[in-house]
Amino acid sequence: MSDLKKIKDEFLLKLKGKLNLSEINEIKSNLFGKNGLISSQFKRIGSIGERERKKFASDLNVIKDELQDLINLKINEIQNAEINEKLEKEKIDVTLPERVFTRGKIHPVSQTIDEISSIFSEIGFSVEEGPDVENEYNNFTALNTPENHPARDMHDTFYLDEKKERMLRTHTSPVQIRTMLKDKPPFKIIAPGRTYRSDSDQTHAPMFHQVEGLHIDKDINMGDLKGCLNYFIKEFFEVKKIKMRFRPSHFPFTEPSAEVDIGYEIKDGKIVIGEGDQWLEILGCGMVHPNVLKNVKVDPIKFQGYAFGIGIDRLAMLKYGINDLRAFFDCDYRWLNHFGFDPLDVPTNYRGLSR
Amino acid sequence: MKITFDWLKNHLNTNLKEEKLLEQLTNIGLEVESFENLSEGLDFFKVAKIIKTEKHPNADRLKVCDVSVGEKEIKKVVCGANNARAGLITIYAPPEAIIPKTKTKLVVAKIRDVTSYGMLCSESELNLSDESEGIIELSSSKYEKNIGKSYFSKSNSNLIDLSITPNRPDCLGVRGIARDLAASGFGKLKNTNEKKIKSKLKQTLKVKINKENNQGCGAFGSCLITNVKNSESPKWLKDKLVSIGQKPISAIVDITNYVMLDINRPLHAYDADKIEKGIIVRNSKSGEKFTALDNKNYKLDSDMCVISDHKGVLGLGGIIGGIRSGTEFDTKNILLESAYFEPSSIRNTAKKLNLDTDAKFRFERGIDPSSIEEGLNKAALLIKEVCGGEISKIDIQKIKTYKTKTIKFDPNLLKKIAGYTISIKEMLKILKDLGFKSKKEKNYLKLTIPSWRPDINQEVDVVEELVRISGYDKIKIKEPIKDRTKSTLTKSQKLFHFLQRAIASKGYLETITWSFTDSNFNNYFRGANKEIKIINPISSELGVLRNSIFSNLIMYINKNLDRGFKDLSIFEIGPIFTGYNPGQQNTVISGLSVGKKYRSSWIDKERNVDIFDVKRDVVQTLVEAGYNSYEFFIDCETPNYYHPGKSGRLFLNKGKDQIAAYFGEIHPNILKSIDLKTESLVGFEIFIDNLILPTKTLNNQKIKFNVSDFQKSERDFAFIVNKDVKAQDLINAISSIDQNLISNINVFDVYEGENIPENQKSIAISVTIQSSEKTLNDSDLENINNLIIKTVENKTGAKIRS
Repeated sequence: MSDLKKIKDEFLLKLKGKLNLSEINEIKSNLFGKNGLISSQFKRIGSIGERERKKFASDLNVIKDELQDLINLKINEIQNAEINEKLEKEKIDVTLPERVFTRGKIHPVSQTIDEISSIFSEIGFSVEEGPDVENEYNNFTALNTPENHPARDMHDTFYLDEKKERMLRTHTSPVQIRTMLKDKPPFKIIAPGRTYRSDSDQTHAPMFHQVEGLHIDKDINMGDLKGCLNYFIKEFFEVKKIKMRFRPSHFPFTEPSAEVDIGYEIKDGKIVIGEGDQWLEILGCGMVHPNVLKNVKVDPIKFQGYAFGIGIDRLAMLKYGINDLRAFFDCDYRWLNHFGFDPLDVPTNYRGLSR
Repeated sequence: MKITFDWLKNHLNTNLKEEKLLEQLTNIGLEVESFENLSEGLDFFKVAKIIKTEKHPNADRLKVCDVSVGEKEIKKVVCGANNARAGLITIYAPPEAIIPKTKTKLVVAKIRDVTSYGMLCSESELNLSDESEGIIELSSSKYEKNIGKSYFSKSNSNLIDLSITPNRPDCLGVRGIARDLAASGFGKLKNTNEKKIKSKLKQTLKVKINKENNQGCGAFGSCLITNVKNSESPKWLKDKLVSIGQKPISAIVDITNYVMLDINRPLHAYDADKIEKGIIVRNSKSGEKFTALDNKNYKLDSDMCVISDHKGVLGLGGIIGGIRSGTEFDTKNILLESAYFEPSSIRNTAKKLNLDTDAKFRFERGIDPSSIEEGLNKAALLIKEVCGGEISKIDIQKIKTYKTKTIKFDPNLLKKIAGYTISIKEMLKILKDLGFKSKKEKNYLKLTIPSWRPDINQEVDVVEELVRISGYDKIKIKEPIKDRTKSTLTKSQKLFHFLQRAIASKGYLETITWSFTDSNFNNYFRGANKEIKIINPISSELGVLRNSIFSNLIMYINKNLDRGFKDLSIFEIGPIFTGYNPGQQNTVISGLSVGKKYRSSWIDKERNVDIFDVKRDVVQTLVEAGYNSYEFFIDCETPNYYHPGKSGRLFLNKGKDQIAAYFGEIHPNILKSIDLKTESLVGFEIFIDNLILPTKTLNNQKIKFNVSDFQKSERDFAFIVNKDVKAQDLINAISSIDQNLISNINVFDVYEGENIPENQKSIAISVTIQSSEKTLNDSDLENINNLIIKTVENKTGAKIRS
């Protein structure tokens, strides 16, 4: 009995003192090690008389728990003190610059093409493509612009041979021809891409982008054309109301033909689309000429529909307030960073075209 | 086409305002391109009289004139004209006036120490004629009473510039425009009350049109006007021409121009005395020469339509006349021509000779073939009125007759095409106003097309007329149906868009550059491709189609380095060209990266961008696009514009069918040649058309999810190999052992130097071994270890490092 009490008192006293971790561990092994004082007492239990054994065991357990708890408490205290001490030393200047992350950007023309595709996708158009180098037939003749037609003058063409049979396409309209020759009606496509005219000044670049639209079915009329373009312009500029004006014009491959103006005003030096009484021409369109349909073996009695061509660069300039067309192709690092889009900003219908 | 409202009113009765006119013109497809007030500021120019002149004290050739403009105050004007003299009535421009020719504003200025208040004007300075010698002399009998008044009669008419589409030659005359306006309800078209030549005189100059193949002249009408006195045009005519920005020349020329502008009927006046015997309209012979009215000599090809006499070519029919038979102020007898030339013939000739004239512009679009007589009547009578003389009868030679076109028009077509309709009555009214004759027959209208409308050939053209005149605003919007039967993008289009954004997300700025480039730059990156020249480039620096995107990218990298940016990455996705034919192009995504990573960073170690940066971007992008990097095969055969030792070629699989990409350092010689100053330049090209489209869609790729929870163990190996052995060879050897056990292979060290024999290197690889069926025991692992060592040693000649 007295043995246990003695051990208890002695070690409680020891543990009250200031101890470091190794001293505590020493005490721990003195008590609970293989031949530690407490461990030895447990080995004695068997030899103690049956009458006293129960009480001895019970007392021993109480003392063991008490000492063990105290030791754990002490260890915890020391560890906490150590962590606190370390934390105290580990303060850094969090205002130092973070690691560099180089952002890439998507060109505004590419972003605009994705926006356009997304809008037309919603109303059932699919995307077609055609080559940049075209033959004379697809670029002009099949589009009801025979040789010696003055309309050819409106296109300053880059030629690749002296006979003028190969050229850089002057518009995306040859994709209409390719699409209709390849498949059977109905057709409902858009064709964005590069186009070329040998014209170069502040407002003209020798290369620019167009998107062609073509919708041919049994009963597509000018009301559908107006509806489609009205929808597109509203969606593209992300405005509820749009002022749109159809104006008669002439393209050899459409009849009747129209140019489309949208209303705008200048507010605080910025173009606001859909308001005001200024008009801005943004596209050409019309009902596909029966001669074009005949050229691609589509029966103009059974099928009819519309086509349109929109300048993509121009749209991008209007929407994103870019003043200079030439800058699109000048690859100025600062310009690309400023007007470019984050690659994660993929235009979608459900999330909206732009942030 | 330039017009004024005043001129329009010669053909149109209307009370409507100019503002409404501009709107209406645009609404009916005659787009108003610009609008300018020409008479603005012209009231500055006053009729004035020189009171006296003195020699300038400091200049021999200058005079100081006292000028009266009807006020008390006399203006002192310094003038250099020889004809400046006391008593002369001329035109005075005060300070603030803007000189029409030079568009400069006058100011009070000291000329050699004498202050000059304004100036006295020459005809040329006022755009009245080309006469620049001396100041204007006005007749004192006519102008004495006008001193102090404005010289130019007050005109409120503004200059309206219309963009007339090529299908509407009839609107290249004021009357045609008036007709369209009247049809649309803007006023009423005036009757012409056309007077006709009444003459008993014969046209004595013989005209013959040769019947030849491709004869470009269908009809040649003419009359002689004898004993004329050519002079300046009367003021009303000058004013009219000046009002649309044309310069008056002489009465005869001005009248022919006036008739052309008024009713779109080009005419030509010859000095009849200079014509040898008679007129022959024929095809030119190759090598024939003539001097045209533009004072240029033209050498003709064969088969151009020329007007000639028995001596030779007088002019190119419908394009330009010749000097030899041109009219002058002393011309006595004239032959007036009014002919019909074939548009295609005109165009061919003008294109070959690179000639553009007002007449050519009109004939190539199609002149009203039945306006020959009207033109002669109108012009000849005017000439007689102004210049006197006797007019002969009209002579018309024809080898073709113009057939009146008729169209059967189904009125239901309007609704079918335009989506709306108007009553038959309205249709008939519009068509009548436009000059159509119509007859109702059963279910359709039989329409006779006006001779001045070469653009109307089928029913749909009539629909356009009806929509145009009744108004495009009548077309009702039909909302589009939101229905998709076909997917928007094809697989390859999806891949294009994915790769574009995947590369951008690796830190590259997307650029768009021309599809053509400088042939010098192109040659660096042309490889084995042939050069594709543009026949008519914008400039010699943009003379060829690009064989690689690098030529443009490297040029722009250099420009940005010049702007002071040291570290940047740019890319472009687009076409490169392999031949002259449509379709001989490939879509490529190319990127360049220049400079350093972590330049001057407080935290990261600075280093040059290198091949393994671009390799990561290429491999990672392809992996993101759905390709399995375990199957990639890489070798070092690259085009000559890459560094031969630091570049690679990537295939999607060991089959090596098509090159998926190149990556590496750009050849240092190219940097040297173009003087590109940087620490490092690396790049890549991914050939999108060569990427086999993944056959599995994402949803069937993701069905199986198998992972092993059995213990894995990692073993490290160091092999000594010959230097030319590739890490890829070792990895392939190890992965060939057992796909089910080897779950990862990682190269963690490459070492050459001390303790390693020359021409050899040590490659350290860590291999993760894990079974999906059981926990591997020591002897299993030992077996695999030995197998790895044995396989690598056998396949690559490596030795395990002990």
